[in-house]
Amino acid sequence: MQRFIQTLGLAVVLVPTLVFAADWRQFRGNDTTAVGDDTPIPTEWSADKNVAWKVPLTGRGLSCPIIIGDRVFVTCCSGYRQDRLHVICFAAKDGKTLWERQFWATGRTGSHPKMSNASSTPASDGKHIFALFSSNDLVCLDLDGNLEWFRGLMVDFPNASNSLGMSSSPIVVGDTLVTQIENDSQSLAVGIDVATGESRWTKERPKRANWTSPAVLRGTKSADDLALLQSSAGMTAVNPRTGAVVFNYDNGASTIPSSTVNGRTVFIPSRGITALQFAEGSANPEILWRGERLNPGTGTPIVYQDSLYFVNNAGVLFCADPKNGDIKWQVRLEGPFSSSLVAAAGHLVAFNEKGVGQVVKLGGEKGEIVSKNDLGETILCTPAIVDGAIYVRSDEHLWKLALPQ
Amino acid sequence: MKHLFYATMVAVGLALTGPDTADAATSVELIRRIQGVGNEGAGHGPAISAVKELSQAPVTTLPEILRAFDTASPLAANWLCGTFETIADRALKQKQLDGRTLEAFVVERKNNAVARRLAYEWLLKVDPTAADRLIPGMLQDASAEFRRDAVARLLTAGTKQLEDGAKEDGAKTLKQALLGAVDDDQVKAIVKPLRDLGETIDLQKHFGFVTHWKLIGPFDNTATKGFDVAYPPEKELKFDAKYRGKDDEVAWTEFATDDEYGTVNLAKALAPHKGAITYATAEFQSPAAQSVEIRLGTPNAWKLWINGELAFARDEYHRGASLDQYKVPVKLQAGRNVLLLKVCQNEQTEEWAQDWKYQLRVCTKSGSAVLSTGVTTSQRNTGDVRVAREGR
Repeated sequence: MQRFIQTLGLAVVLVPTLVFAADWRQFRGNDTTAVGDDTPIPTEWSADKNVAWKVPLTGRGLSCPIIIGDRVFVTCCSGYRQDRLHVICFAAKDGKTLWERQFWATGRTGSHPKMSNASSTPASDGKHIFALFSSNDLVCLDLDGNLEWFRGLMVDFPNASNSLGMSSSPIVVGDTLVTQIENDSQSLAVGIDVATGESRWTKERPKRANWTSPAVLRGTKSADDLALLQSSAGMTAVNPRTGAVVFNYDNGASTIPSSTVNGRTVFIPSRGITALQFAEGSANPEILWRGERLNPGTGTPIVYQDSLYFVNNAGVLFCADPKNGDIKWQVRLEGPFSSSLVAAAGHLVAFNEKGVGQVVKLGGEKGEIVSKNDLGETILCTPAIVDGAIYVRSDEHLWKLALPQ
Repeated sequence: MKHLFYATMVAVGLALTGPDTADAATSVELIRRIQGVGNEGAGHGPAISAVKELSQAPVTTLPEILRAFDTASPLAANWLCGTFETIADRALKQKQLDGRTLEAFVVERKNNAVARRLAYEWLLKVDPTAADRLIPGMLQDASAEFRRDAVARLLTAGTKQLEDGAKEDGAKTLKQALLGAVDDDQVKAIVKPLRDLGETIDLQKHFGFVTHWKLIGPFDNTATKGFDVAYPPEKELKFDAKYRGKDDEVAWTEFATDDEYGTVNLAKALAPHKGAITYATAEFQSPAAQSVEIRLGTPNAWKLWINGELAFARDEYHRGASLDQYKVPVKLQAGRNVLLLKVCQNEQTEEWAQDWKYQLRVCTKSGSAVLSTGVTTSQRNTGDVRVAREGR
């Protein structure tokens, strides 16, 4: 038996990890940039056009779908008290349910009616799913639905809750899951070993309700990657493995839209938008510019094809120069918006709360709204874009929107 | 590389055929390791390996896993749940899931409510007719979800009877439904037609709201600093005493709310003070020592003591208020119990930040009312607020 285990161990070590470049592993994608590739995406859809499949969901949620290889993962909550937690796996090809697992909330499940217990987008390291709920229950499953571990962060930190609900989405950086559970009464960030679910570090954070999600700043090598933690106080860059603070920006920041990263530049929703430039290999940035007229609404800004985009609270899409913050153009979309912009194949996609997906073609002097496509249900999540397909969910359904094969 | 890949798959396949029986721990030991998980990742190492091993166990292990919920923490129960579902899912696909075994576990009321519900939901996958057979008997179950299902059936039936003109039967059915209803949406749906029929329903009593209070305040909470200040009521409950408050001398006053959802509006009962704190105290007579939940709704920061012991404290302001917003498990002693609540208002000026209020009820874990034997909440309109205070 011992020899067998040794053989197996050697074999497992030698097998390369199956990495799908087209994965969309966490909120706003693998690099938290919300940018897909150049595979053509549908620019129009309706009930009978470009809907590859549509499947019902077990429960409510505004968490985003994530895609690992040929599988789509979604979290939901159900029950009058939103205390039933679901993680569902669908086949990307045809929407068939491959498995579903459910758990019971150990923390507070109440929220504003618009939100739900399934507000945070799950994250993945390509081998596991880490599903966080507003009740601070954190489930780790393998891709086949087998339980790896379960944490109740509200059991550990009983006041780390928000009566309106929480929505910060954890991210995987290296082999650490970084999560922010920041509130008025008890506020923390925790770095969790993805293999064991044990905390590598816990940091006290500003005591103020915060719905933003961490972002990743890639280093020259993966060991240099930093986790960016935004809050009302500003933004803190930490070593994801140790939690050690390597940089602190303390000029305040929004508690709703999150920061976005492009290369070594970080765009923080702070006093409008503030761009921080990190020199290669340096963790000490300088302020590149500050645009006080640039005020993102609920959604997180995005950098795509050398432009910075965001939608303000009035539903106006702004395009700005990421080098200096100058506004290039603006166009009014149909709002209101809770979800963030995503981009792929030369287009921006923006879903408003009414379920109208608006596609904006880029490349000309000004963005062109090429279509408005009504799914007929409330959409609060940010879509995922993988291999030319747009995945989006409501409280009731999950759609795959794609051009016919 | 392809050969290596296949070799690995074969090796993995061999490994998944089952644990080495000579080394395998018993299911009892594996469950014990899973039950050992604690706060902040404690016990994860042994539990992770136990889940992997136990997940390979045969379907006949399911009842043992379900029984283990009885002695599992809510955390460990989720680990057991994940293990159960892996085995159950495999058995379902192999058509080996035995509905009779699951049903036997569901109908045994002594079993853990969460485990019973889990078993029930897997039972439905192999026998959808079980709902009709089991749910009607679940009206006053320890599981709020079973109760909800049972109430829903009666609500539908009673509504249909009323629509068909059978008022007497409809009212009878709806009254029966109310006996089990613990969720406010169902209670509202039941109460409205009953009241339309002229029925009198005491929601204070139905939910178990504490309605008779002594109040004292305001104490200073400027810059929210009073939250951590132990003002005199935290040290002594002397109802003839007077203390220096935020602005003037303050003394205890009696207050009984007639709001049917038990809301005590401090901005009206006292005054709409800002940067202020009020203490509220009530007595609760329990016929025996028992575990209950104190359920609180308030948009203000608060602290709650039961018999002088701090049960919970929270300094969140104006992030909404709702029924059962907070659930605080406490143990009541037989006889007299003293509830002390500190309700803190901050100095926000927005219109939506002016609420200074709370509602508090005592109930079981499933949400059904636990009433004080010393005072009845239905006395709210009599003006007799002394009952709750006698003997103090």
